[in-house]
Amino acid sequence: MSKAYARLQSLSQLTVARPKLRLTGDALLVVVPALGFFLAQFVYSNQLFLITMMMYVVLAQGINIIYGFTGYLPFGYVGFFGAGAYGTALSITFLHVPAVVGVLFGGVAAVLVGILLSPLLRLSGAYFSIASLAAFEALYYVISNPQLSAVTNGPYGVNLASVYNANAAYVTGAVLVGVAMLSVVFVRRSHFGMALRAIRADPLSARMAGVNVVRERALAWLISAALAGLAGGVYGWAISVFYPDAVFNLSVSVFAIVFALFGGVGTILGPLLGAVVLYSLYNAIGVSQPQYFELIYGVLIVLIVLFLPNGLLSLLRRRRSHGG
Amino acid sequence: MLWLFALIAGVLFGLFYGLAALGLNLIFGVMRVVNLAHGDIIMLGGFAAVLLFDHFDINPLIALLLVIPPALLVGYLAYYLLAARVRRTRDPEMMSLVLFFGVSQVIEALAVIFFGNNQAAIGAPVFGPHPFTIAGQVIPNAWIVSAGVGLLALVLLYFYLYRSSLGRATRATMSSSDEARTAGIDPARISAITFGIGTALAAVAGVLAIFMLGGTQASEGVDITVTAFAVIVIGALGSPMGTFAGGIVFGLALMFTQTYAPAWSGFAPYGILLVIMLVRPRGLLGRTVRSV
Repeated sequence: MSKAYARLQSLSQLTVARPKLRLTGDALLVVVPALGFFLAQFVYSNQLFLITMMMYVVLAQGINIIYGFTGYLPFGYVGFFGAGAYGTALSITFLHVPAVVGVLFGGVAAVLVGILLSPLLRLSGAYFSIASLAAFEALYYVISNPQLSAVTNGPYGVNLASVYNANAAYVTGAVLVGVAMLSVVFVRRSHFGMALRAIRADPLSARMAGVNVVRERALAWLISAALAGLAGGVYGWAISVFYPDAVFNLSVSVFAIVFALFGGVGTILGPLLGAVVLYSLYNAIGVSQPQYFELIYGVLIVLIVLFLPNGLLSLLRRRRSHGG
Repeated sequence: MLWLFALIAGVLFGLFYGLAALGLNLIFGVMRVVNLAHGDIIMLGGFAAVLLFDHFDINPLIALLLVIPPALLVGYLAYYLLAARVRRTRDPEMMSLVLFFGVSQVIEALAVIFFGNNQAAIGAPVFGPHPFTIAGQVIPNAWIVSAGVGLLALVLLYFYLYRSSLGRATRATMSSSDEARTAGIDPARISAITFGIGTALAAVAGVLAIFMLGGTQASEGVDITVTAFAVIVIGALGSPMGTFAGGIVFGLALMFTQTYAPAWSGFAPYGILLVIMLVRPRGLLGRTVRSV
């Protein structure tokens, strides 16, 4: 009896100790990448490269939340990025807010676009992916439309030179990486994330188990939109002069999706890893010879799908489980 | 008479867009796979026609036939090498989307490496020196040829699907691949043949695209794929015949916005696609696709 009781007690200690350990681990998952990026600028002086890499980390995590946890893959994801960049630029130009607040407005703008597009979630699979692409194209044609020049300056782009501050933008970017990591940790660990995975596995069963399918899915969509919007805001601020094509560029979606898939969606570290590794590769060979990089990229996608459908991290995990 | 020109041009372009989307829709109907490399095959078809014309002085009308055999073969092999493997994974629909996205990137990169970034076109009047006149409107010959080839492809595909035994097997696989198997049909073989036919249709459309879209360019694949997808969604996914209805709606929308609101002509096709997907996601002539 007492033996059993002792065992029970040790078990309960275990269950108490575990979340604590996990909490420390999760905190590290948030703090280390953000701090790492903050410190990286003192090691590697190309700040714009690092900012762009941070933005891809955030975008890949946004793809992770919407695709990795709900199975909805938005090809037009860059639309939120562009909406964020323009939300930031317009709030700075017309409301004269400080740039950091402008970035928040960028996030809000992306969430508004996300709400506007949330009916797309009624579509499934490939329909959703391509409808989101069409939505992105539509948004691009609205923003770059010469008839709206008075508001968006149409195809002539925006100029934020008055608030240009590379260091402040950089620090904001590093904080945003932390926010993105925190969002994924939250989604991964919370009941919300559990509900999302239940929906992904079988929407009907999830609904019968009391999960509000429409609301949870829309929430994931908006979180992922907000991340992309904030990233677009920081990016727009960091480069400060841009044309619509620069922030509404389909290759941003492509990169984010490939980075996320390469690292492994549904995990916390995968997209971070994917973005850091592949964007470094891009920087090494892609800038001067983009077509060779695109070739490597395409081959990589094909190989991932055929041989490593769960991403790079699954390779480590598989090896570990074989060893142990 | 601006509206008359827009009307005629819209219908002619619509038939071309129907042809450009036909292969994509056929493949989707049989395999439930969206071939994102479709637009890149169209792009390659265009380069094939330009190279044949520049180096061997072969008229694009003959190139239309010459591109068919290699495209059939490539599509047939691509099915066994790529598409068949993905169908065994956990989420075949999304995985095949990503896979063909990768294939599209590879084709685009190779096209840039071999053909460069510039637009290639055929400037010579290869379809005869005098433009057509319809109802008082002067129409370029290439538009008539493209629309005619589109209609011809539709008729041939109709006979193939509804009058041949292979076509019957294809339709059986479209409605249920499992039940087709119990009836002694090999869905893999049917799928491979369909992939070949879809690729050949894309290559044929590519030859015409150099006249309809003003040339061919390594980077145009993605845009064409999205346009073709818009066309088949407006018509009906999985119904090859609905494709032409979608093409004509799309062509008319494009031509009328280009005529009356040119600043919005880029927006119009995507706006229409979104509205149709949200209001009537089955397409104008289609089955249900919405889920929970």
